[in-house]
Amino acid sequence: MAPIMLPLRVDASRLIWPACALLVALLVVLPILTLLKLSLSADPQIWQHLRTTVLADYVSTTAILVIGVAILSLVLGVASAIAISQFRFIGASILSWALLLPLASPAYITAYSYTGLLDVSGPIQSQLRAVFGWQVGDYWFPAIRSLPGAIFVLGCVLYPYVYLLARTALSEQSVNLSYAAASSGANRRQFFFRVSIPLARPAIVAGLALVIMETLADYGAVSYFGLSTFTTGIFRTWFGLDSVESAAQLSLMLLSLVVLLMILEKAARRRAAYFSQSPSREDNRITLHGWRQWLAMALTCIPLVLGFVVPMAQLLFWAVQRIDGIWQARFWELLSNTLSLAGITAGITLALALLISYAARFSPNRFTRLCRSISSLGYAIPGLVIAVGVLIPLAWFDNQLDAWARLHLNTSTGLLLSGSLVALVVAYIARFLALGVNNAEAGLARIHPSMEQSARSLGENSFGVIRRVHMPLLRNSILTGFILVFVDVMKELPATLVLRPFNFDTLAVRAYELAGDERLADAALPSLAIVAAGLIPVILLTRFMRSDN
Amino acid sequence: MKRAAFFVLLLSLAACQADPQGAQRDGTASAGEVNIYSARKEALMAPLLNEFTQQTGIKVNLISGKADALLSRIQSEGANSPADVLLTTDAGRLHRAKAAGVLKAINSSELNRIPARYRDPDQQWFGLSLRARLILLNDPANTISIDSYEALADPAYQGQICIRSSSNIYNQSLTASLLHHSGEQATLEWAKGLVANLARSPQGGDTDQIRAAAAGACSIAVANSYYLARLLGDDPETDDFAAASKIRIVWPNQSGRGTHVNISGAGVLTNAPNPENAIKLIEFLASDSAQQIYAERNFEYPVIAGIELHPVLTGFGEFKADTIALNILGEKNAEALKLMDQAGWK
Repeated sequence: MAPIMLPLRVDASRLIWPACALLVALLVVLPILTLLKLSLSADPQIWQHLRTTVLADYVSTTAILVIGVAILSLVLGVASAIAISQFRFIGASILSWALLLPLASPAYITAYSYTGLLDVSGPIQSQLRAVFGWQVGDYWFPAIRSLPGAIFVLGCVLYPYVYLLARTALSEQSVNLSYAAASSGANRRQFFFRVSIPLARPAIVAGLALVIMETLADYGAVSYFGLSTFTTGIFRTWFGLDSVESAAQLSLMLLSLVVLLMILEKAARRRAAYFSQSPSREDNRITLHGWRQWLAMALTCIPLVLGFVVPMAQLLFWAVQRIDGIWQARFWELLSNTLSLAGITAGITLALALLISYAARFSPNRFTRLCRSISSLGYAIPGLVIAVGVLIPLAWFDNQLDAWARLHLNTSTGLLLSGSLVALVVAYIARFLALGVNNAEAGLARIHPSMEQSARSLGENSFGVIRRVHMPLLRNSILTGFILVFVDVMKELPATLVLRPFNFDTLAVRAYELAGDERLADAALPSLAIVAAGLIPVILLTRFMRSDN
Repeated sequence: MKRAAFFVLLLSLAACQADPQGAQRDGTASAGEVNIYSARKEALMAPLLNEFTQQTGIKVNLISGKADALLSRIQSEGANSPADVLLTTDAGRLHRAKAAGVLKAINSSELNRIPARYRDPDQQWFGLSLRARLILLNDPANTISIDSYEALADPAYQGQICIRSSSNIYNQSLTASLLHHSGEQATLEWAKGLVANLARSPQGGDTDQIRAAAAGACSIAVANSYYLARLLGDDPETDDFAAASKIRIVWPNQSGRGTHVNISGAGVLTNAPNPENAIKLIEFLASDSAQQIYAERNFEYPVIAGIELHPVLTGFGEFKADTIALNILGEKNAEALKLMDQAGWK
């Protein structure tokens, strides 16, 4: 081996941040490497088959879906964020948190709900036929289980990511800026479009990135709608063609698409760096009066009604029909499993997200930035694929450790990690780290480096800066990230199904067990329970944020 | 501090589960347990498993999930896998598990009661319940005379057929059986003809096809027997019961090879820590009392002859089943899916 030249003394403190960044990124790198290894042994004939038959369809359907969902969630999310952050009107304080509610419901449950309502055999179309004496085919009705239907459903449940990040960014903007703008002769509208929106852009884009990745990884809703997207293709290849290797290949292709998008976004943003001098909590919203405030309320209600009220009403209707027989004693066990798993995972994920975001800030070089970018990739990988990517290396490690322990210690360690909740938590972290990182980033981006420079000049070290300067300013961003991870873990299904220990159920598992068995009505109650449990953190989040004002 | 807390947390998480498994590995505390990886929904298995525990005192531990994901888990867990039994909802996946080398041969006179064509020739897996793939008609005028799967591709039925996505295993198995009986070219033509006859792009599950047919979106639907039976076993006041009542059943290919059937089944895993209990469990599932539960609670056909059917199933009448060896469905699955891809069956 060639001798490696090392400087005699390595400044350990310089290596701490890159090392932290690497460790966190490894959680995502590990499953991706597993996919790479799998895909190396993929049968080229299957690839050939996919390329000549279905791949073009996967790509085009996925592209249209992503663009459609991105536009819809951008419109709904940004419009409602502007309404809430800029205006004071009747119901605004309730709407400010209620607009987050669609997040509490798994996308596939909302898809089932809308299908139950709007499908050809649903109540609306049945009534139309009964009242007007029509037959199917005599009248036009939008097909819910279609590409536009999927765009509608996913857009309605995912817009809160954009809303949440955009609202936080818009309402934390410094009032000083608006004074400065006013003194230079800009009116409020000019200020808003020339200063506020550009300042909120990183946050809006971060929210949009989450929407896009979640859309790319969605399986439940698109497969129920019968769409040929990348995700359905991945599972079709794995289950139907019996080739987990080719499925890994498809997953990596999806991933490279995401990487490309990230590079494009970074390139577009390169020249612009936005910092807020002193984030302020001062309330300078415009108070609306008379019909204006009713109109504002009605318009701001639209996303909430489409994403939450309508699908939940359908679920409630089903749940009432089936209330007996489902409500079992195990409900509390399911609830506590779900909440504790979500709480633990969200806590760890946010700690890791902060760690890697700080590494990239305090030790700003290519390596830490790369680690940080990689750590976001997991969100675009379908849960089941992540699960396998985590399971294979962990089980390998367990078996090696077990063999070693048997040989040297005469004891068996069994499946230490892969047989326990550790595997599940690791998979969740790998999948949801992006939620934490994007929020931590969006928060950090609004803190100008001059603040830490002055803190440092006053004798604070990195940790002092974090604790005394950043934490108070970042609190909302951290909480937002925590809640998002929490809610996403509560809803997560495919990885939970395959990685959980024996007899360990969550609400999402129970809901799926019934819904997947085509018993939608029976699935309504556990689904409502997920939503109800999801309300708790959303309300807590609002409390925390409001206590600041 | 934060990191120390993190490691404590990780370790305690590991400890939560590591202990019971360690105990199972020792073989001392394992006498009373059996561990199942199940592709069947827990709710469907629960009545059977509760009965098993009552009869034998053996505690049942269960993880339910997608068959291929569970198989992946078994393979990566390797020698330390806690799984004793793999339960699946189709023969293809059992064949896949056998091909992966994770199942072991079982010699049991009890299990030999299962007809030979519903179990593996090497005794590695056993069928436990049957479902038939039916053609269902909403045809009040009684004008449709379809009598075989092949006829689904007849241009006479253009725009009339509802069937779910080809991503579904039931459609893959049906196509695999056609591939076996009529060969590649004929099956590709058939799939193309079927796609040309679709009333709408494939969507939803089997139940959705029945509902769509009842609503008039199509006059011909394809679905598994128990989905229709379950709707007919529902409360007569419900919309679903009303929908299912409009449906007329066709048993396909009765004048030829018989109707396509598939099994749900089970196998014992090579590295099972509790192999005796695993065998006991499968023997129980093949026993008369368990077979009765399959028929009554899940609206499935028992694999053991002489078990009384659910009245709804009795109402469906007698039928002749295709006698194709079920492992062929697994062997030809990938090839079948490729043909479906080529035919544009989404």
